[in-house]
Amino acid sequence: MNPQQIQACGDELYEALTKKETLRPFTERFEDITIEDAYHISLRMVERRVQAGAKIIGKKIGVTSKAVQNMLNVHQPDFGYLTDDMAFSQGEEMPISERLIQPKAEGEIAFILKKDLIGPGITNADVLAATDCVIPCFEIVDSRIENWQIKIQDTVADNASCGLFVLGDRAISPREVDLSTCGMVVEKNGQIISTGAGAAALGSPVNCVTWLANTLGQFGIPLKAGEVILSGSLVPLEPVQAGDFMTVSIGGIGSASVRFT
Amino acid sequence: MAEVQENKLTQAQIEQLAEHCENAELQAYEITKITNDFPEMTYKDAFDIQWEIRRRKEARGNKIVGMKMGLTSWAKMAQMGVEHPCYGFLADYFSIPDGGEIKHDELIHPKIEAELAFVTKAPLKGPGVHIGDVLRATDFVMPAVEVIDSRYKDFKFDLKSVIADNSSSSRFIAGGTMKKAEELDLKNLGVVMEINGEVVQLGAGAAVLGHPASSVAMLANMLGERGEEIPAGTFIMIGAITAAVQVNKGDSFCVRYQDLGTVSGKFV
Repeated sequence: MNPQQIQACGDELYEALTKKETLRPFTERFEDITIEDAYHISLRMVERRVQAGAKIIGKKIGVTSKAVQNMLNVHQPDFGYLTDDMAFSQGEEMPISERLIQPKAEGEIAFILKKDLIGPGITNADVLAATDCVIPCFEIVDSRIENWQIKIQDTVADNASCGLFVLGDRAISPREVDLSTCGMVVEKNGQIISTGAGAAALGSPVNCVTWLANTLGQFGIPLKAGEVILSGSLVPLEPVQAGDFMTVSIGGIGSASVRFT
Repeated sequence: MAEVQENKLTQAQIEQLAEHCENAELQAYEITKITNDFPEMTYKDAFDIQWEIRRRKEARGNKIVGMKMGLTSWAKMAQMGVEHPCYGFLADYFSIPDGGEIKHDELIHPKIEAELAFVTKAPLKGPGVHIGDVLRATDFVMPAVEVIDSRYKDFKFDLKSVIADNSSSSRFIAGGTMKKAEELDLKNLGVVMEINGEVVQLGAGAAVLGHPASSVAMLANMLGERGEEIPAGTFIMIGAITAAVQVNKGDSFCVRYQDLGTVSGKFV
């Protein structure tokens, strides 16, 4: 794709985001679109958000489960940018009917960094040493592509299908919990709907952050101290609507809740 | 459970069906589900058949070393198309040491399940047992893997047939780490099952009836319906946290537990 096409696609996505409209998949309209093109589109979309006053506060990693990788026929994760207007607090209502189009909830572990991580050559030991704390998190993903009919290039271009997120109030040092075996229980409207464990995301959430640091390192982009890194879902995606109430609890870490309006 | 007090089969039929099911277990061959031939069978009949198999084993000199709950997770109930858990007993020769070998030829079509085991220090007698009673009566919790092997062709059964077949019990491995119940977050305790080094199943304790101790409470209450209790010192497996996974000869497995170490074994 040429730079004009990339900019136009990024602008379309930004308009779709702000107007809550969906687009036809890019992979149907541009047969030769590459994953690299898609990242450039996502950068343009984020640039528009920043121009409108949003601040980048971290990154999210997606496509970390084997089930989703098989569905999209890829064998690597993807990533997107988190902005301050996506973040919600415990007890706050999350207005998904006002902000999102076709939302789905994912239970995740968020990493808060205390040191920069600059790939390549980052190992899991570097990630653990650079992590200040881990926090339970719901990420509410959304797609600006109609009916979630995404191929990998579509979701990458659409900022890794990022929507909104909420962090729990309990932060634990990564030294105190086994992030690969820690269990996750997700409840929706008072019923347990799924359970999982850390290894669901590429074998360990730490592997996901290591992958991101090394992948971004190739482009000279660091993971910065203070950033929030969402490491990928440990359970299947759950469609949500206004009125739903959800809780995620993670063994050895804590819980996060969210009420949707 | 409905119909639990009523028999439709005669004592002779119960003994004949117990022999039929136990022979299939001992000689590792498939049978068709027994409700095909005895559609009038009640839950009381089904449990009577299981208790008759237990009596046969004890008469032969086998020792009963524990109990198990089956079909306790929503994943398992959906997988098998049944809507209520069941229990079975564990005989001495079911036990395999951690890291040990399981002889595939002695079984029909084995599957493995990641579980936890409770060991009691006080009796539990239903009805009315709840998880508070269970936690108070628990000496310690340990990790366990169960090898299930329904004697029914293609694992196709209904709840009555599986109860009569000792709830598909065949082998089990208990791990070596023990913890007090109060030292564990049993609801959120994570398990990761790997076969030949690849992660195949994941879950957390809540997958078993919302909390692993609920499974033990349900066992006490189901046994209470027959006037039986769980004595102090009983080893109880709570049922699968994950869906059951089929294993082949040559497969090795390792289940990793949050705060409870690992359990591994190999099918030879």
